[in-house]
Amino acid sequence: MEILMSILAGILFMAGTYMVLSKNMIRIIIGTAIISHGAHVLLLTMAGLKTGAPPLLGLKASTYTDPLPQALILTAIVISFGVTSFFIVLGYRAYKETGTDDTKKLRGTDSYD
Amino acid sequence: MLTALHFAIIAPFIAAVFVPFLYKKFSYIHTGWFVLAVPTLLFLYFLQYLPITANKQTVTAVLDWVPSLGIHFSAHVDGLGLLFALLITGIGMLVVLYSIYYLSKEKEALYNFYTFLLMFMGAMLGVVLSDNLIVLYTFWEITSLSSFLLISYWYEREKSRYGALKSMLITVMGGFAMLVGFVMLYSMTGTFSIQEIIASADDITSHNLFIPAMLVILLGAFTKSAQFPFHIWLPDAMEAPTPVSAYLHSATMVKAGIYLVARLSPVFAISGEWLWLVAGFGLTTLFWGSFSAVRQTDLKGILAFSTVSQLGMILSMLGVGAAAIHFDSMEDNLYVGATTAALFHLINHATFKGSLFMMVGIVDHETGTRDIRRLGGLMTVMPITFTIAVIGSFSMAGLPPFNGFLSKEMFFTAMVDITSFHLFNIDNIGIVFPVVAWIASIFTFIYSMMLVFKTFTGKMQPEKLDVKPHEAPFGMLLSPIVLISLVIVFGFFPNILSYSVIEPAMASILPSLLGEGEQFYVDIYFWHGWTIELFMTMGVIGIGTLLYLSLRKWVAMYQVFPDTLTLNHVYDQTIVGVERMSSRLTGSYMTGFIRDYLLYIFSFFAAALIFVLFNKNAFSIEADLAPISLYEVILAIVLVSTAFVVMFTKSRLKAIIGLGVLGYTIALFFVIFRAPDLALTQLIIETVSVALFLLCFYHLPHISKELEKVRFRLGNLIISIAVGVTVTLIGITANSSRLFESISGFFPEASYDEAGGKNMVNVILVDFRGFDTLLEILVLGIAAFGIYTMIKLRLAGRNEL
Repeated sequence: MEILMSILAGILFMAGTYMVLSKNMIRIIIGTAIISHGAHVLLLTMAGLKTGAPPLLGLKASTYTDPLPQALILTAIVISFGVTSFFIVLGYRAYKETGTDDTKKLRGTDSYD
Repeated sequence: MLTALHFAIIAPFIAAVFVPFLYKKFSYIHTGWFVLAVPTLLFLYFLQYLPITANKQTVTAVLDWVPSLGIHFSAHVDGLGLLFALLITGIGMLVVLYSIYYLSKEKEALYNFYTFLLMFMGAMLGVVLSDNLIVLYTFWEITSLSSFLLISYWYEREKSRYGALKSMLITVMGGFAMLVGFVMLYSMTGTFSIQEIIASADDITSHNLFIPAMLVILLGAFTKSAQFPFHIWLPDAMEAPTPVSAYLHSATMVKAGIYLVARLSPVFAISGEWLWLVAGFGLTTLFWGSFSAVRQTDLKGILAFSTVSQLGMILSMLGVGAAAIHFDSMEDNLYVGATTAALFHLINHATFKGSLFMMVGIVDHETGTRDIRRLGGLMTVMPITFTIAVIGSFSMAGLPPFNGFLSKEMFFTAMVDITSFHLFNIDNIGIVFPVVAWIASIFTFIYSMMLVFKTFTGKMQPEKLDVKPHEAPFGMLLSPIVLISLVIVFGFFPNILSYSVIEPAMASILPSLLGEGEQFYVDIYFWHGWTIELFMTMGVIGIGTLLYLSLRKWVAMYQVFPDTLTLNHVYDQTIVGVERMSSRLTGSYMTGFIRDYLLYIFSFFAAALIFVLFNKNAFSIEADLAPISLYEVILAIVLVSTAFVVMFTKSRLKAIIGLGVLGYTIALFFVIFRAPDLALTQLIIETVSVALFLLCFYHLPHISKELEKVRFRLGNLIISIAVGVTVTLIGITANSSRLFESISGFFPEASYDEAGGKNMVNVILVDFRGFDTLLEILVLGIAAFGIYTMIKLRLAGRNEL
């Protein structure tokens, strides 16, 4: 299972990277979102899967799943949401200002001054 | 421990901090008067070390800087260091005094000038008084830096900037090479302390790095001391104000290379390469400098090449002096005289060249030009300046009764004596030493005469001058008069220097020759009888006079050299070429296109991690794995196929929906993996995200129909696959190898007892890692502000963008 999940994380990273490398702004934003999904899956997998009951003491189980990565991922999910929404608005704004969403055209000038 | 000695070295730096305030606060007093106190006090302070070093004692004070790397700010005063310290503070004092009259307090940026000058003074003291090579190197580079700043003092002039850059590039290049040499010395001896390296000098002579270390250190010394072919920066450095030229580019900074050669003589001088390189480069420079000086028409240009030439002369004497080391003692050791001569001439050069620079400054100041074609006949209007010029130039030319005559004679003696030395092939071709020395001295004589007679005799040409010339104010004449008096005093009573300054310095350069309680015999006097040196001097005067008088007839031969073959041309072309190459190189990868930068980052990420993973044999698959059930397989298939759809679709809507599907699938995985809180959060967030995307969807353009080229996409695909594989491998490896005991056992035990909560994830978030959550909220708040601003902000000054 861990191997399967590692592969899935790899595929998510691959898809995200591919999207981020394109020229189109919205694809880049989607790409960052996919990469964060991949990171969450990877984090969870690295801690070991299905090692016990959900981390709720009320269940009175003998073993529980590791709660620490879950807490970290929870934080990460929320932060990645913040980043994604910021990106969307940034992209929208950049498009409104410059009239293009092609990063090749958004290069700035060649001069250093 | 910080001692008075350390304080003396850093005092100029401390004083430099106050210069701008003094300038501002007391604008009616010339800032130079305040600055004058620094070198004066330091000079008096260092004078009290004279009796100590004369008794062969040294003073060392150590202040730890980076003890773990063997780097200590250790100040070490011995004969050699003290000679230079006195030179730096003594000449510094006179130069500051001179500058008070040279630089107008109304028009000039004195705060810059004196700040840089003090910075230089401190750095130079640091160079000559540091025992630690790394500290020495640090100060060495500060001298280059302050020289750069002082040359470009009139930075609005293009030539000043050019000269400053040139000196910086050449000396810093040499300095960097020297640092490499210091590190080599460290790897041979295990210490950065010069005294300790000298103590273990015998053990390293056969080391593989001995010769390379010597070569790169000499490169540093030669660039700093303007030795051929690196001398080209010094004439351009003459764009600096004249006090700076007199101080840095004649009396002190350019002698740092000589100091280094002298200082490291006990380490390297035993090898034949050292003798040949130092003496060879010195003689070449001596000749080339004096030869080139004759063609100059700018007075400062003549002095610049003259300085180059004299520095070469001092170095050649130090090189020849190395022959003395091959004897066990001073008995019948002819070659010690060369070192004596080098040190004596070092002092003499500072006196006569300093006064000549100041003389030229006065001429420039009072007539508005330094061009000998426009000058002439100033003798009657500027009699005192004329006297200074005569004494200084005659001393430089090696005429009696001035100090230059004495050291020139000693120089000839050393060059004649070396021909009888029987090691390193010198007895075969050593005859070149006296011959080159003699020819160069003829040219020295010629340009010295030009300096006096072209400026002060002949017909005055008032129509070519912008101002009416008159004698300089007394204050301006004071410093050169002091120096020129020294020229005469040292000429008649050279032995006041013998045992107070020169002999202790020789003990630092040739320590192996001295036994316990012994000292070198130093006696300098005029009359040696009808010796070969005297005939050489007479020949110099005779032929020099003839050549000077017929100057007009043969000066045209300088035009024979084409400009494209000069070293300056090589330098200029190199700079242009290097700039073009580096801008092309930078342009080739700094494209400004975000995808390219990401490509570098991702490629590096994948390559570096995969390399380490396999290089360290870290990859492993083991540990007991959780079973796979049917649901999970179905979810995995959904996830993978959705990922591919998102990757390759051309429709924005499909891509956004696909992203949503990915999110929900992952939420379902969270359910399976016993993470209810994650699943809930993920569901909510994913819903909001998709809604947000769809909201913006309306405003954003279509994904371009003409998608990227196949090659572009294929490159991206390869990198993406590499990144995916890397992540997978790391995931598997991380899962299989656990280096430490997990801390997770803590939470089930402590959650309820310490935080009173039964949902461990929640307890972690709000309690154990509460600050994390707090800051997370802060991040979200900042993002929200950003979003709000971007939507609401109407760029008011739009036209200005």
